Amino acid sequence: MCDFYIFEHIMKKVRKLSEMSPGESGVVENVPGKSGFASRMQEMGLLPGTVIRLVRSAPLGDPLEIELRGYFLSMRRSEASLVTVAVG
Amino acid sequence: MEPAVQPLEVPAADARSPVYAVVGNPNCGKTTLFNALTGLRQKVGNYPGVTVEKKEGTCFSQHGNPIPVIDLPGAYSLSARSMDEAIVQEVLLGLRPDTARPDRVICIIDASNLERNLFFATQVVELGLPIILVLNMMDVAEKRGYRIDAAKLEKILGIPVVSCQAHKGEGLIELRLAMSRKDLPAPTWRCSVPELFSAAMGEVQERLGEERGWSAPQACAVAGLLLGEGMTHAAPGAHPINPEALQKAREWQLKLDRESPGWHSELVAARYARIGEICREVVRRTDPGRPSMTERIDGVMLHPLWGWTILGGVMGCLFFSIFSLAEYPMNWIERGTAIAGNWIGSIMPPGELHNLIVDGVLAGVGGVVIFLPQIMMLFFFIGLLEATGYMARAAFILDRLMGRVGLQGKSFIPLLSSFACAVPGIMATRTIESPKDRLATIMVAPFMTCSARLPVYLLMIAALVPTGEAGALQKAGLLLLLYSLGTGAAFCFAWLFKSTLLKGESQGHLMELPPYRMPSLNSVLMEMLQRVKIFLRRAGTIILGVSILLWFMMSYPKVEEGSATNQLSYSIAGRIGQAIEPIMKPLGFDWKIDIGVLASFAAREVFVSTMAIIYNVEGADPDNTGRLVSVLRSQKRADGRPVFTPLTCISLMVFYVFALQCMSTVAVVKRETNSWRWPIFQLAYMTALAYTASLIVFQTGRFLGFD
Repeated sequence: MCDFYIFEHIMKKVRKLSEMSPGESGVVENVPGKSGFASRMQEMGLLPGTVIRLVRSAPLGDPLEIELRGYFLSMRRSEASLVTVAVG
Repeated sequence: MEPAVQPLEVPAADARSPVYAVVGNPNCGKTTLFNALTGLRQKVGNYPGVTVEKKEGTCFSQHGNPIPVIDLPGAYSLSARSMDEAIVQEVLLGLRPDTARPDRVICIIDASNLERNLFFATQVVELGLPIILVLNMMDVAEKRGYRIDAAKLEKILGIPVVSCQAHKGEGLIELRLAMSRKDLPAPTWRCSVPELFSAAMGEVQERLGEERGWSAPQACAVAGLLLGEGMTHAAPGAHPINPEALQKAREWQLKLDRESPGWHSELVAARYARIGEICREVVRRTDPGRPSMTERIDGVMLHPLWGWTILGGVMGCLFFSIFSLAEYPMNWIERGTAIAGNWIGSIMPPGELHNLIVDGVLAGVGGVVIFLPQIMMLFFFIGLLEATGYMARAAFILDRLMGRVGLQGKSFIPLLSSFACAVPGIMATRTIESPKDRLATIMVAPFMTCSARLPVYLLMIAALVPTGEAGALQKAGLLLLLYSLGTGAAFCFAWLFKSTLLKGESQGHLMELPPYRMPSLNSVLMEMLQRVKIFLRRAGTIILGVSILLWFMMSYPKVEEGSATNQLSYSIAGRIGQAIEPIMKPLGFDWKIDIGVLASFAAREVFVSTMAIIYNVEGADPDNTGRLVSVLRSQKRADGRPVFTPLTCISLMVFYVFALQCMSTVAVVKRETNSWRWPIFQLAYMTALAYTASLIVFQTGRFLGFD
């Protein structure tokens, strides 16, 4: 089970959204569970299966700008670290 | 508490026209469309007990019949996560006693961002109210390579769909025609939900009963919201929900959590899946690929180097315009007030009524009007920044910096503006969505060294430092020190408030970076005029009232004819100054300074003229304090020591750095927070801080042997 999990992660290169590099796209794997903030993320269209692209980080490194569903959204690094993305 | 805003008076039509509510996502062009529909026939107020703005207007149909329209705040979802969204939800569901439930809805959608906009739109459609869907910014969508088949969308959702470009005024006629349709259909479209959830909704809906005259679709939507915890952010003053239904919803939540974990996300996903299907049917991609114009502009605007340069330029312009450019109209207003005073003096015999009108009323009106140039310029700028989309970029760049003290990028412009004047600065906090961040920004904004403190600083520095070559550098250094002290205090207290009083679950900092747009000048000007109107009506009346009160306190009781006593020291204000001398003495202030400090509550720069009156210096104005300075320097105490020792001057300046010596600020904070609690708290903590800081400075100085 454990081996399979690691294997899957290596193949799909699952990464935290906060660890993606600018210009990289991927498919959202997981978003945080039930909380006010998580619900809002989902209502804004950030759902498992959504294609997203990390556009850039702000000049001071935080927050991040992502593109999803044809629009641009900014979120702080700490919040982006709760989202995992399958890159590539 | 603010009184409820009365509905606009509508001329009697043949039958009562249905009331429309305008809803939509933030940045979908809602304000522009509302302004285009209603023009200047708008009334802006507050929802009682809440800081959310209530905008009502009248639109005329193609046949000239008036149609009342309510503009609701932007919302991303019917499940409320902020006060703004709670208001949208409550008004649409008729849960606010202060607002009648709208009969019909205009839902605006940004056509270039269809999927996410449809999320909210389909939720509103499910309420079953007759609705018109407006596809705004069709031109932008086409440019980005999306062709949207409005007729097909109309068929799928079963509601009229109007294409529109609000900033150019296109599509408004069609919208007006649709609005005057008598037979606007009530939609029946629904997004399917999992069976278990459907059962839950049914049971909760049953418990809701016949409440509020909800139709079946509305009760069903309420049930869904209750289950999804979308109604936990109720705004004060809303009708409560039947406790039985709440109880049932709680029971079902537990059951759903047990039997179908993740049901909440599934509901959102199901809606997006359905929207995806709709989009595949109605949208045709004509020209995919190619980075959008917005992305190319952002390559420069958010560039590590150019981003800062442009931001610096924009902020410099903004600061220059409210600090220097506004000076000219402000001088005209001052001169105008003086001319009006002279004119009244020439037609009225001197006496008490004359003094009341010239020194009380006219000075009070002048004190209100003097803010208008700064407010207009700042809000014109903010309007432009918001309408073009640059505001979100500025916040994006500055978020990290402001985040250090617990604030956010959007707090920057209000704080920067407060260097000119805290009044427009505090009004500018309106752009901050998070109530706690907004409140924290309001609470610290008056620490920023406003232009009214300058005359006081300059007078004290002049009294402190001898004139000459070496003095100039010292003066500049001292001034810089005072500015840094204020700014430092603002950031320290922002951090303090955000980690204590205004701490709480972070709502997250999801912020949309909307596409760049050509602003509608009309709409920007209208928004600016609204701010002016609000300021005049709400803050202006308080400022005027307090001005007259202060005048009265400084003029009564009258000294007897021929007496050598100074009128000001004999007056109520003078007596209070003398009464509080024991309290203020440890700071190094004598009672004459105390009077000056009290009088500055009208406006800080009044300190200078008050000192001139107390010491009988003729012709002292803030620009020419030379004579006043030499008089101040020569003042002696009873024991022969000078009054204005360097230590007293420094202590006084420190007091002015921290004290909230400005009734206009208090009035504006009252208006912006919609209660007296916050302005009073702010006045108390800032005064306490000022007192303590001055006390420490003066006593330490004395201990170290200065005097």
